[in-house]
Amino acid sequence: MNTVKFRLTGVIELRELKELGLLPPEERLKKGPVAILECPEQIPCNICVPYCGLKAIKMDKITDIPRVDWDKCTGCGLCVAVCPGLAAFVVDLSRNDYDYVTLPHEFLPVPRLGETVTLLNRRGECVGEGVVVRLWEKNKTRVVTVRVPKGLGLEVRAIWVEKKQ
Amino acid sequence: MFDFEGVPVEAYEGESVAVALYALGVDVFSWSHKLKRPRGPFCMIGKCSNCFMSINGLPNVKSCRIPVKDGLKVERQRGWVAPEAIHLMDKHSEIVELNPDLLIIGGGPAGLEAALTASNYGLNVVLVDEHFKLGGQLLKQTHKFFGNVELFGGMRGFQIAEEYSRKISELRNVQVLTNTVVYGVFRGGVVGAINESKHYIIKPRAVIAATGAQERYLDFQNNDLPGVIGAGGAQTIMNEFGVKPGEKSIVIGSGNVGLIISYQLLQSGVEVKGVVEILSEIGGWFVHAAKIRRYGVPVFTRHALKYVEGNPRVQKAVVAAVDDKLNFVPGSEKEFDVDLVLLAVGLEPDARLHAQAGAVMKYIPELGGLVPIRTRDLETTVVNMYVAGDSSGIEEATTAILEGKIAALSIVSKLCDGSRAENASSTLEKTLRFLWDEYRSSPLLTRARRGKEQATVPREELEDFRKKFPSPISFG
Repeated sequence: MNTVKFRLTGVIELRELKELGLLPPEERLKKGPVAILECPEQIPCNICVPYCGLKAIKMDKITDIPRVDWDKCTGCGLCVAVCPGLAAFVVDLSRNDYDYVTLPHEFLPVPRLGETVTLLNRRGECVGEGVVVRLWEKNKTRVVTVRVPKGLGLEVRAIWVEKKQ
Repeated sequence: MFDFEGVPVEAYEGESVAVALYALGVDVFSWSHKLKRPRGPFCMIGKCSNCFMSINGLPNVKSCRIPVKDGLKVERQRGWVAPEAIHLMDKHSEIVELNPDLLIIGGGPAGLEAALTASNYGLNVVLVDEHFKLGGQLLKQTHKFFGNVELFGGMRGFQIAEEYSRKISELRNVQVLTNTVVYGVFRGGVVGAINESKHYIIKPRAVIAATGAQERYLDFQNNDLPGVIGAGGAQTIMNEFGVKPGEKSIVIGSGNVGLIISYQLLQSGVEVKGVVEILSEIGGWFVHAAKIRRYGVPVFTRHALKYVEGNPRVQKAVVAAVDDKLNFVPGSEKEFDVDLVLLAVGLEPDARLHAQAGAVMKYIPELGGLVPIRTRDLETTVVNMYVAGDSSGIEEATTAILEGKIAALSIVSKLCDGSRAENASSTLEKTLRFLWDEYRSSPLLTRARRGKEQATVPREELEDFRKKFPSPISFG
């Protein structure tokens, strides 16, 4: 396999996601919540496929890259909960005031609904603050939806919750 | 409550002595023989000698394998101490003879799946493990497994171990011997195993040795200081036993193990100063790298660890850039204030029982070292002695499960007859096809696949090897 940039840095750029066909088209992003699977390598894994109730994720072989049928996907976030690589995210760029990002969180403390949390991008840089608007759990992975400043929906990939003494 | 050099130590039930002492803040577990340099634990799974201690007067006991118990007397050693009683086995009044259909050595993913499969077909199985719990290295895996749902994908490793242990405890035809060490394989197809109270002489019809792997060491100045720990060793400390392994760490090696441990260190509240990788590319899967990068952990590619310092425990690690020839670039040193240096520089198969039995071995770098030559269904040149899991060459848990299944099915198809044998043969073919044609077809697994191909020979070639290099030992 030819070396690609994300293998040098551990950070995948939007451009690379787009080239790999992993980014939904503009129009779809504007419509409402949709899953983005940042899973660019042929890992022998298809966990997300049987879990997707809408059968929106397609893989022929276990070693394929997962492909989302963005018309079927409603952005429910189940793939976020089950992906062992923590590589699934849901973004909602359809609102005028804020973007929304649904991401996996496996750290203590668990954020509370309505709590303000630090937003981190793919490089671990702090890019602002967001508010937790939805929170659920599956097998110890917390699925957190955060309201983030408009324009950060494709940037924010983790949150950090300050430990209270 | 046990006694550590005169000090009463309180510990949790189910902890090992080594972990209890580590939790207490004991850095030095012994001193080296000649130079009396301090030694701390390294592998925590009974594969190395770093945690040797004197327990109840018996020297050179792996303290990581001894569960805490009231009244234990634990002391540190200054160098190697010759045991007083050479004929320890004489102390074991009870000798037990076992004649199972199948003996499985190693209760990790390969051994557990093999036991379950063989039991389903009605074979009598004895399953032996060194640890006091079944599960092997699944016990310390807190991340979710990849693969597919049928093969436990999506479950966390320790949950897989729990599920296997539960299922196996319900089986009447599987006898489990934990905290028991297989010490050798002998002429006449006899396997010796021993634990605290009993000495087992086992004469099985077939054997699967699924003895796993050990972590590699790395050359650098002061690499023997306490606080330099195998990445897997640290996983055992924090994930299996819930003890924080340190405060500030640096991880050497960016393979999946290095990346995963970094994430787990963050989860347990340990600061990770960075992951050091000598090559220009991250070794492990992108998704694992992305998981730590988004929490701000840097990966220093084309860097290597130069030396560490501290007394008695690591306090500083110095990392420097390397050039194209992998030599250090002068002046590029970076200093890190750390109390934990984790080595994630690969694993080495532990196939010592095969080697001792006289199996034809081959050195295969892609598999991490010396492994037995085997057929596709995993029989070695020792008749009816099989290999599965990491001891057959380093891969990962899912392939270990598949290999355990393959070895067991092959044995079932030999030892049983009629419809059971037929059913086992057809399941065997299906499993082989999935493993080789689907699972291992991933370009991410090319290296391991190439290694396994080099270790695998057709049946006729195996027979030729057997004629050329006959083993004094056979089973069945």
